[in-house]
Amino acid sequence: MKTTERQHTTTSGVPVDPLYGPEQLAGFDPSRELGPPGEFPYTRGIHRDMYRGRLWTMRQFSGFATPEETNRRYHYLLEQGQTGLSVAFDLPTLMGYDPDHPMSPGEVGKCGVSIASLEDMEILFRGIPLGEVTVSMTINSPASVLWAMYLAVAEQQGADWTRLSGTLQNDILKEYIAQKEFIFPPRPSMRLVTDTIEFGAKRTPRFNPVSISGYHIREAGSTAVQELAFTLRDGIEYVDWALERGLEVDEFAPRLSFFFNAHNDFFEEIAKYRAARKIWASVMRERYGARSERSWKLRFHAQTAGCSLTWQQPYNNVVRTAVQALAAVLGGAQSLHTNSLDEAYALPSEHAVTIALRTQQVLAYESGVANTPDPLGGSYFLEKLTLDTEAAANDYIRRIDGMGGMIAAIETGFPQTEIAAASYRYQREIEDGERTIVGVNRFQSGDEPIELLQIDETTGRRQEEKVAALRARRNNAEAQRTLDALKGAAEGAENTMPYILDAVRAYATLGEICEALRAVFGSYQETTRL
Amino acid sequence: MPQPIRVLVAKPGLDGHDRGAKVIARALRDAGMEVIYTGLRQTPEMIVNAALQEDVQVIGLSILSGAHNAIVPRVLELLREKDMSDVKLVVGGIIPDEDAENLKRDGVAAVFQPGASLDSIVTFIRTAVA
Repeated sequence: MKTTERQHTTTSGVPVDPLYGPEQLAGFDPSRELGPPGEFPYTRGIHRDMYRGRLWTMRQFSGFATPEETNRRYHYLLEQGQTGLSVAFDLPTLMGYDPDHPMSPGEVGKCGVSIASLEDMEILFRGIPLGEVTVSMTINSPASVLWAMYLAVAEQQGADWTRLSGTLQNDILKEYIAQKEFIFPPRPSMRLVTDTIEFGAKRTPRFNPVSISGYHIREAGSTAVQELAFTLRDGIEYVDWALERGLEVDEFAPRLSFFFNAHNDFFEEIAKYRAARKIWASVMRERYGARSERSWKLRFHAQTAGCSLTWQQPYNNVVRTAVQALAAVLGGAQSLHTNSLDEAYALPSEHAVTIALRTQQVLAYESGVANTPDPLGGSYFLEKLTLDTEAAANDYIRRIDGMGGMIAAIETGFPQTEIAAASYRYQREIEDGERTIVGVNRFQSGDEPIELLQIDETTGRRQEEKVAALRARRNNAEAQRTLDALKGAAEGAENTMPYILDAVRAYATLGEICEALRAVFGSYQETTRL
Repeated sequence: MPQPIRVLVAKPGLDGHDRGAKVIARALRDAGMEVIYTGLRQTPEMIVNAALQEDVQVIGLSILSGAHNAIVPRVLELLREKDMSDVKLVVGGIIPDEDAENLKRDGVAAVFQPGASLDSIVTFIRTAVA
């Protein structure tokens, strides 16, 4: 059997020594580098008892077609023992366009659920008590609008905002870096994010207004270190803006949450999560002088790596996902999404998503890994990797500090070009056979056909008709009044959230609200770099 | 020296996942082709206009959002309208087998699905343009 040089590096290309022992950890002081679980610097986890006290939240990202269809999927997932919801929106919604916008044809309901107005959000959560279920929403540029719709539905249900618990992704910086679903230029976008952080700190103290996300950075082809460094530096940028707004660090920092990828390389991923907690704890305590322990603790959601799934031999994806999920659990994730075996092809079928959820349940209830915190702590290899990952990420963070912060770095294209170079290198390694992808460049065999979820092609038309009927039915003068008021607020320095809430309650559509903001803020076009 | 093959790599629709488009663009450039990358959110009209202005022999569309059945036929139609049917249209991304067959029947030169090697794409383009 042929072994190649490449098999002795991590997925990110970091060389791995033939053996790890005490010599690689000379001078290692466990009390300083690790501490007990639940104590600074939280390398071993943010809770003393970790999963003995409470298992991670099993939260499958889900959304497709119309709100009616997605609502049925949510009820199904909750019946199957899922413990939280996570909303996937379609591309027009992510870009702030209504279903009848000229850019929307062919895209409505394809990559997620189509939500154009408060009416759609009411349907999405019909029969789901928002006061009890925690909900995560993957929405960024128009996040404040979708969040306002969510809060308005909670209000209709009689839920107390101060008790609502959930997460808004709302991480615009990684959109410019990797995911590329941006509407407005960086600075007005950061102002909108800061508005939600401020509003949340005062009105929804249990809701996470931002989920600072490395997931998409990694999916765009970054290394593990780049994912970690760019994400934490994004976090620093949000903290700077919130402080600039006049908030106290301990007033908002406890509600900043994170979202990381769980990729193929088992130990590299676990080291990444441990280093993330350790760096963030120091950033909070030393750089910002946060005094609340809650500010020091990095809480994160993990999702297995979509980009690692293969079209060839799709059942192998169940195995990949299980290994990746195990890394997330051993790394101390607070919540987890496991990808479905069919996601290299399409949004998951009910059958496939059930296997993905069962994978988490097997880890939680059968494998024994939840019995004790950080069970791999003290492994020579893992501790060395954690130290190296921390040092490499801190180097990047210092470089970006030196550029004047993340917005300046984005404007010069620094993170974008670093990621593109890493992704090209990775692809060449696969191409040259230096890196093995089972079933793709080695061990090929015939593909077994699988049943796929079909998105009804009438979804677009149905959503268009619904939004047209809403515009005909609502009080248009009131909708227009709220949109004008929002424009006024956007031109000034006031917090936009109360104005967006008014517009949403008047059934102004997502597209109309984003158009009002575009009129004030302008649109963003990136400079394309290869 | 023969003229290098000119390729327009385009990202139509609302999808921002540009990892594949960028990797392909670099691979084609490394293979000696002249590559123009349009950037994100191009309409079929913008793509065909760019192809005309840049005088390319090949257009590569990267589509991962499932919107291919709305976008690709429109690009083909515009190529016919502008008398540019000699330009080879190649599509890469998440395209189910059945759709891939239909698109090829309608005039798409090749469809590359996930896992396709860079070499196979380079070789195809060289052969198709030769």
